[in-house]
Amino acid sequence: MRDTRGNRLLFQIGAILFALLIANLVLFLAGAQPFAAYKYIALGAVGSWDVASNVLVSWVPLLLATSGLLVTFTVGLWNIGIEGQITLGAIFTTWAMRLLQDSGWNPGIILTIAVLAGVLGGTLWALLAGALRTFGGVNEIFGGLGLNFVATALNIWLIFGPWKRPGVASMSGTLPFDRSLWMPIAAGSSRLTPATIAIAIVGIIAVYTMIEGTYFGLKLKAVGRNPRSAYILGISTWQNMMASFAICGVFAGLAGAVQVTAVYHRLIPSISSGYGYLGLMVALLVGYRASLAAPVALFFAALNVGSIQLPIVLKLDSSLAGVLQGTLVLFVILGHGVRARLLKKTKRTP
Amino acid sequence: MNSSALVTSIAGVLAAAAPVLFAVIGETISERAGVLNLSMNGMILLSAMGSFAVALATNSVVLGFLAGAAIGALVSLVVTFASLTLLQSQVAVGFVLAQLCRDLSYFLGNPIMGKVGPRISQVPIPGLERIPVLGTILFRQDVMTYLSFILIVAAWFFIFRTRPGLTLRGVGERPAAAYIRGANVNRLRYLYAAIGGAIAGLAGPIYSLSIKAGWKGTISGLDGIGWIVLSITIFGGWKPFRAAFGAYLFAFLQWLGLVLQPSLPSVPSQVLQVAPFPLMILTLLFVNIGNAEWVDRSLARLPENVRRDIVRVLRAMNATPPAALGVPFEKE
Repeated sequence: MRDTRGNRLLFQIGAILFALLIANLVLFLAGAQPFAAYKYIALGAVGSWDVASNVLVSWVPLLLATSGLLVTFTVGLWNIGIEGQITLGAIFTTWAMRLLQDSGWNPGIILTIAVLAGVLGGTLWALLAGALRTFGGVNEIFGGLGLNFVATALNIWLIFGPWKRPGVASMSGTLPFDRSLWMPIAAGSSRLTPATIAIAIVGIIAVYTMIEGTYFGLKLKAVGRNPRSAYILGISTWQNMMASFAICGVFAGLAGAVQVTAVYHRLIPSISSGYGYLGLMVALLVGYRASLAAPVALFFAALNVGSIQLPIVLKLDSSLAGVLQGTLVLFVILGHGVRARLLKKTKRTP
Repeated sequence: MNSSALVTSIAGVLAAAAPVLFAVIGETISERAGVLNLSMNGMILLSAMGSFAVALATNSVVLGFLAGAAIGALVSLVVTFASLTLLQSQVAVGFVLAQLCRDLSYFLGNPIMGKVGPRISQVPIPGLERIPVLGTILFRQDVMTYLSFILIVAAWFFIFRTRPGLTLRGVGERPAAAYIRGANVNRLRYLYAAIGGAIAGLAGPIYSLSIKAGWKGTISGLDGIGWIVLSITIFGGWKPFRAAFGAYLFAFLQWLGLVLQPSLPSVPSQVLQVAPFPLMILTLLFVNIGNAEWVDRSLARLPENVRRDIVRVLRAMNATPPAALGVPFEKE
């Protein structure tokens, strides 16, 4: 077998079909009609303008997280701590909003400061994971996971402690901000905020340009491919690793800020909504290529939003979205491996 | 707290540590052979759900435990196949499986949520249970807790005192050397990944058929345990006794969180529940920091006697992973 674009596509389609087969099997095990489930997911995602705009609302933080992760993956780092970085972004944003909400300043200025505060929070938390890795020798996966739990604890403590609602604190989060401090919503829509969509699109373009078109991106790639030879060529491993952690933290912080200012308008216990982990799945599925991140993130967001009403219409748990995403990523990776093996075999036998 | 309540609490901590112990020892065996199984978090949830479902359907806890072990072995084999045979990243496949198995357990477990099913109960050991204090702590437990005590010693004995154990270490440390000495590296890696997965898979039924009997979906409180297990494996330095110490420390800290709760009403219970996690990061930091280059450099500036003491402390805490962990082996 030769290494051609055609058979690569063929293998990817094969992997997707295989994933669908397994997904159907799982649905069959759960006693459900696969096609009914897919139909309701599709209806739930694009059936009306309202649900379709919910897909876009969910696409923004997911794409932001994915964009950041593409940078850390370029230097070969597994920034699993991104969940905590999103949470810290949300916490810093809420903090800034609480400080400024009664200042009487222009809402545009308050929102800008709040988003920048979120960026700061995400970056600091990412740099902490980075420092643990580069100076403490703690693998970024385990340091990041630990920091995720700390971030969650801090968040819950704030919601139930210092920032609790007047009266009784609850899992529903802090008191919502005044409508004037919401990210401006597009005319004729209930939730769509053009500003955040613009941020996400500019973000992924910036990441694509940086990785593919700049000297800095080239250095990141060099460190990712082979840290030792990059080091010998005079490219500092630790500086580039810290820089990529910081950039990923900026994007995670933005995602957290979006969750607070444009989606929930308050701080809630699960403010990161799992977008960090889902972003990792998207990055794995696209094979770390920035060019494919936006459409695949949109598809994953559609699966998430589309499955929300499955418990009502089909009595199926909405975790079906995660099952579909997981099988898809797993089989695409396995398909990649099978193809690589076949290619190698042909190379060996002349 | 009076002394009898304390004794009961210690017994409770030992029981609560049992599933963590099985998972940590299983992962230790797998990593000793060079296979990093990052899917632990989802795998424990899936085996907890699956084993409860099987026990519920067959009304047999034994079949439930077997199902848990089978799920653990199967998930572990997928990671091994993807990495050893298809040469894909163990971390990537492990992470995807951690997410996938978690969602699968929630999705497939939906119909059996909250159902009451069979569970194992305590089996006091006649005679021994009458020993004051120790009897209550050690000999009024369920079968799996007894097995967890045996598992620590058995794993240590196997890894460090037997010939197959020596080969196991060789496969993870110097696969090329093990291969030259006649070991079939990849076959052994498959074998120990499956065995380690099966042992770790028993953690699921220990939860769903014993200490947290039943399946409660997202509120089972099991999400996150697997990640802790992976940290404890590092903390344990891939040695069974040190790993057991980590597991007991974790169970103790979680119990402490529950006990302190009433005296700290301003702190939400969820915060105290995660208290062990930052402590885990700190321990990981101490376990690893001896390996960092800048530590060596700054230590070199210290006076000899101070340096000797610090180095001794760092070396005592230090743990080095199996050299070939996560690296596929190809004979050529």
